[in-house]
Amino acid sequence: MTMPYYVAPEQVMKDRAEYAQKGIARGRSLIATTYDMGIAIVADNPSRSLHKISEIYDRIAFAGVGKYNEFDQLRVSGIRHADTKGYAYSREDVDARSLANLYAQYLGQVFTHEMKPLEVEILVAELGSGAHPAQLYHIAYEGTITDEDRYAVLGGETEAIAERLEGQWTAGWALGAALNAAVSALAGPERALSGSDLEVAVLAQGNGRRAFRRLVDSELESLLG
Amino acid sequence: MTLPLFSTTEDPGPNFAGLIRRLQLPVHPMVATATGASPTGGGPGDFRHGTTVVALRFAEGIVMAGDRRATEGHSIAHRAMEKVFPADRYSAVAIAGAAGPAIEMVRLFQTQLEHYEKVEGVVLSLEGKANQLGQMVREHLPMAMQGLAVVPLFAGYDLARQTGRIFTYDVTGGHYEETEHNATGSGGRDARTTIKLGYRVGMARDDAVELAIEALYEAADEDSATGGPDLIRGIYPLVATVTGAGFEPVPDDEVAERFAALIERRRAEGRQP
Repeated sequence: MTMPYYVAPEQVMKDRAEYAQKGIARGRSLIATTYDMGIAIVADNPSRSLHKISEIYDRIAFAGVGKYNEFDQLRVSGIRHADTKGYAYSREDVDARSLANLYAQYLGQVFTHEMKPLEVEILVAELGSGAHPAQLYHIAYEGTITDEDRYAVLGGETEAIAERLEGQWTAGWALGAALNAAVSALAGPERALSGSDLEVAVLAQGNGRRAFRRLVDSELESLLG
Repeated sequence: MTLPLFSTTEDPGPNFAGLIRRLQLPVHPMVATATGASPTGGGPGDFRHGTTVVALRFAEGIVMAGDRRATEGHSIAHRAMEKVFPADRYSAVAIAGAAGPAIEMVRLFQTQLEHYEKVEGVVLSLEGKANQLGQMVREHLPMAMQGLAVVPLFAGYDLARQTGRIFTYDVTGGHYEETEHNATGSGGRDARTTIKLGYRVGMARDDAVELAIEALYEAADEDSATGGPDLIRGIYPLVATVTGAGFEPVPDDEVAERFAALIERRRAEGRQP
């Protein structure tokens, strides 16, 4: 009878983390930032149908990077969670914090107990209202959750992108300025991104009950102008 | 609560009713399985009933209207009930029948349409929405057989065909597309007659709103369970239009003015108001 090789738990975790990080770094990045009327999310994504950004509920949006099928499954389960909660209680009782916690628990669970960690990094954004500022919950592949109220960067090369964005970020800036800064931070010095390379959506005050809206075609071009 | 995740073989897809069934949430019998418990006791007089709702087509879309009265047997249960709801951005649903299950059905229907849109990333076609509502009415049949019938009226703007469309239902979930107009509920017959007499193909929005209001006025005149304009409390029927610009409620002031004008006109013409 052969004995399984002993592998130190530290090593197991390290290997899994490395595996997940590699998978995420292969994909393209995404930026979410607050602006004067809400939250803008900009993804480096040339596809018009395979979305990285999606609506979850009236004031909540989802964004994911990494392996598409994995974050899409998380996206759908988030919509299911929010819709059942809103149906069972009321629309006001649906909040991003509890959803972000559920995501974090699930990702943590998969990271420690399953063979393969999820190669995703996700964002749950909630539009502010009244005294509550906008919230960006950034959840990493191993379930670490951080909340931001300025901006969040997901994907590969996050440090370089965040550094480029940090220099330009201003509180309460207009949508056009926010989008231009986000796009140039995503592109970096060597590349240029145009409207057709991007997926852009906002959670904005004044959009009615459902605050989520995609910015496409001419509207996006004129904002990036 | 945990994250609702399913294996690929058990995934309910974009179906919200299927999802809550799978999660075994305590829900209305409407979405319970066919073998689910059915309500016992209670004659038709013991619960609230909603009444007359109308829908008609005009040049740019449809107009839908409903009175505000709910009855419990022979007494008035509610004077300001809402019976016309936006189903989503481009469609509206109006209800007649047992108020409790009807409002629950509307809530489920609204959630279902939005759920589909978010999960799939595209909006259901108008025909698809009408079919969905038909399934919900069909699942409600056991309760309808016990006197708790719900008969909705569904109408919306078909973005693909660029026209307004109206669908009527029966308790079995059968749904039928109407060419121009229809009305349902206890005062539906009177409302239909009024509409039939005043209807013109391709009429303007204002004329259509006027006709819908007149139809409800006539229905309230003949049917005890249909409420007319309540001038003392300032409660007027709900009227809404759905066009290429989406669902738009007609402001209360406009409805009040049109009622006042209607009564005035009839007096001037020497007819009974």
